[in-house]
Amino acid sequence: MIIGMGLVTYIPRMLPFVLFKGKELPPFIQGVLKNVPYATLGALIFPAIIFIQKDDLLYGVLGAAVAFIAAFLGANVIVVVLGSIAVLTLYSYLM
Amino acid sequence: MADLALGKESSPFRRGVQAGISIGIGYFPIALTFGLLAKTTGLTIYETVLMSMIVFAGASQYISLSLIAYGTGIIEIILTTFIVNIRHFLMSATLNEKAEEDRLPNKLAYSFMITDETFSVAATQEGKISTGFLFGLNLVAYSSWVVFSGVGHLIGASLPQTLQESMGVALYAMFVGLLVPSMKRSMKIVFLAALGAVFNTIFTMGELMAQGWSIVTATLLSAILVEAVEVLKNRHRGVSDEE
Repeated sequence: MIIGMGLVTYIPRMLPFVLFKGKELPPFIQGVLKNVPYATLGALIFPAIIFIQKDDLLYGVLGAAVAFIAAFLGANVIVVVLGSIAVLTLYSYLM
Repeated sequence: MADLALGKESSPFRRGVQAGISIGIGYFPIALTFGLLAKTTGLTIYETVLMSMIVFAGASQYISLSLIAYGTGIIEIILTTFIVNIRHFLMSATLNEKAEEDRLPNKLAYSFMITDETFSVAATQEGKISTGFLFGLNLVAYSSWVVFSGVGHLIGASLPQTLQESMGVALYAMFVGLLVPSMKRSMKIVFLAALGAVFNTIFTMGELMAQGWSIVTATLLSAILVEAVEVLKNRHRGVSDEE
């Protein structure tokens, strides 16, 4: 089972490098691919971040708020991660 | 303009390792929690570490644990893993454009270690990225994931429950930390991320498709829409003002 999971995970990871090797993609496609990271990040964060505690949505909202505010103020990624964990731990102790 | 190796300050590999440290730290709580959950699901430490070594994809590993707990069949678990990880196809296609040209075996090696996180860090770098950078970045992330999966299996249960729960935010907080600085730089990126988030929320909340497909579809829709709007805008003006 683990090997099967490994295989189906590796195939989409390596296929583009084989398929598109040495080819010049059309400018529009190149533009779309440049956009992919930011569109993916948006989709990876929402809605999942809200539902980290399925029975307490405030928990996720609070975590998201802390992360966004910390990142907006210019905090390093590590600080954003540890800060969100710290605030949510505090929140659980207080509730 | 090819600067040869003479005056460079640090090797691409070393810069990759440095960039990978934030991922390594970000993975710490997630891998730890994975190890812990794997133990409560009944996996041995050997199976836990092996899964992290061979699959190396957090979300699908978590999902596989809940499927194992439900008693789901092996084929369904593998199929779900495929659907959840199909989004890496888009990421690899993007990195293939952004990475410098190199021998195929090298690309096949580093492509094994592409995750949401290593991709996000690599893709938000300025300019082209080198093979050395990708190896440095990916190796730190990979080692952290594998080692802390094992550590989580060993000691995870002794962490306080509230801390274990709050660590669930770590992954998302890291994505936020990677995204927001770019959003401050460009309005286009704000639109891309917002559209990706809105589409994905509609698809998953409306239960229109499985989560793996939903992320891929939302990403593509957002990336294509924003690009099309920009092309139209530039055609009107005849000049391009952004990257």
